[in-house]
Amino acid sequence: MNDVVIRIDSLVREYRMGEELVQALRGVSLEIRRNEYVAIMGPSGSGKSTMMNMLGCLDTPNSGEYWLNGQEVSRMSDDALARVRNREIGFVFQTFNLLPRATALENVELPLVYAGLSGKVRRDRAKSALERVGLGNRMDHRPNEMSGGQRQRVAIARALVNEPSILLADEPTGNLDSATSTDVMRVFGLLHQQGQTIILVTHEADIAAHAERIVTLRDGRVASDVRPERTEAA
Amino acid sequence: MPFFEAVRMALTTLWTQKLKSFFSLIGVLIGVTFLIAVVSIVQGMNVYMEDEFANRLVGLNTFKLRRTPDINMGNITDETWREWARRPRIDYGDADWVMAKLKTPAIFARACDGGTNVVAGGRTASGVRVVAADPPIFTIRNYDLASGRPFSNHEARLGSLVGVIGFELAERLFPGVDPLGRSVTVGGLPYRIIGVVEKQGTLFGFSMDNFVITPFESPANRLTCRLGYMDELNVQTTSVDHLTSAVAEAEELMRIRRRLRPNQDNNFALETAEGALEGWRKISAVLFTALPGLVAISLVVGGIVIMNIMLMAVSERTREIGIRKALGAKRRDILAQFIIESATISTVGAAIGIGLGILLAYVIKATTPLPASVAPWSIGVGVFVGVFVGMIAGVYPASRASRLDPIQALRSE
Repeated sequence: MNDVVIRIDSLVREYRMGEELVQALRGVSLEIRRNEYVAIMGPSGSGKSTMMNMLGCLDTPNSGEYWLNGQEVSRMSDDALARVRNREIGFVFQTFNLLPRATALENVELPLVYAGLSGKVRRDRAKSALERVGLGNRMDHRPNEMSGGQRQRVAIARALVNEPSILLADEPTGNLDSATSTDVMRVFGLLHQQGQTIILVTHEADIAAHAERIVTLRDGRVASDVRPERTEAA
Repeated sequence: MPFFEAVRMALTTLWTQKLKSFFSLIGVLIGVTFLIAVVSIVQGMNVYMEDEFANRLVGLNTFKLRRTPDINMGNITDETWREWARRPRIDYGDADWVMAKLKTPAIFARACDGGTNVVAGGRTASGVRVVAADPPIFTIRNYDLASGRPFSNHEARLGSLVGVIGFELAERLFPGVDPLGRSVTVGGLPYRIIGVVEKQGTLFGFSMDNFVITPFESPANRLTCRLGYMDELNVQTTSVDHLTSAVAEAEELMRIRRRLRPNQDNNFALETAEGALEGWRKISAVLFTALPGLVAISLVVGGIVIMNIMLMAVSERTREIGIRKALGAKRRDILAQFIIESATISTVGAAIGIGLGILLAYVIKATTPLPASVAPWSIGVGVFVGVFVGMIAGVYPASRASRLDPIQALRSE
């Protein structure tokens, strides 16, 4: 039981767009264990983004339950959700979403700021997180002084710095060329080996192929949930 | 959001967008500049009026018995002027009566006081105050002599042609020469100079060292006073505590002598330093009442400007807000961030305003006879006002920012 990080039970999310009622999620159930590397796939309109927002505690469902690390987050207040996002979730976005005026170090420190840690502790932890992704020599660079791959690594460092239960990556290679993509995916692979639970939301099959489990959504429902056979030698 | 983090961020934002920041600051800046400058001048005037003006013209424990007040501030109606013109002059009998009957220990000096030209050794000095007075005048006016001596009681009784002159007059008439023993011509008669009074300085740009003092009984008396009358009787009590009772006593004595009925107003004036200040106090009270209103107007405008700038900042930085929320910023973190930012902008404006205000006060002091002294409390008020206006102006934009939906905010460009 305590091995389960995420337990989702018949999650429903509806939006009203003008007159129309859009059902983005129509009862999704899912369980993700600690140290799993899961890819969530699906064509556009499949409810993938809604699923990502739901998993990231940026949104709450109309019905159903979402248990994250033993807490029921589906009924939480905004501030409680903010706290959960801060402690339990590390986001990696397609567009990096770094603060443009802040240095790499300051960007990585940001989640620790909201966790209420003191300046020195923050700096030390942010530094070691940046070193972990191989950017120990780029700490004082601003995002516009770095390549896309480096920016995404800063974002990964930021996602990891609070030691979250899950690393939630939304199309992390969408804005990168294939060489850098491989590079970033290698970082994910490494983190997975170190025991990090990773959820990868993507529509690219070859990116999803890095995961050990692939959940496919279609029309707001889980269409398939498979563990492709892989050669574990890599 | 730690406080200093937010302040530092606000300062960075200010610095990177200098022109925009300048415009956002200007309202508060002008308001605070104005506040500091006006308070400095009014405060400077207050100090000046009390320390210099009133005390030097009248003296702290001194009052004057006169026909009309010497120092007038504010408007005097025609009616008052006519009433003053009807008053009897102060005659020798009045002075003798008060001097004889006043129980409060005091010293007295009768005086006639007027302006005229004086001549010495071919040089003419115009607009010199000629004061014919009893010897205690030196004590009452607090005149110490730079050289020579005051006239003796003997000389006073005889009405000798001797004079004590002011520092500036000495320099004007006798440049580079010792004036003692030389003579100065006042009203056609030569007076032997027996003393020079120490430098007194200026008051509102007017020299206080441009005078001749002669014995009351000397002919100079008649330059301004009719025979048997005087301009004023100067009375100095032994201490400030006795002043009020002495004034009351003198008033009573004069009313008895003039046979005034209880329903009749005084037809003489008793002037104290306090009384002379009253007019100024009225002016300063008006200024201090009007000032908050004027400052408030510019601060309201300044606050609205800052609020608009902050609203702009919130919509420009929607994505940043989204990122912060995704990373765990609570509503109150975002709220605090923007309120602190707004307060910082405003406080920077206030700080510049304080600097400019002090500068302005000193420029005014240097270029005009108006005195100015920066009141420490006005700096405190300036800082407080800066913080306060910024916080108030930041509340609405910050609450808008804090209520943004993180998903929408992250999607914005």
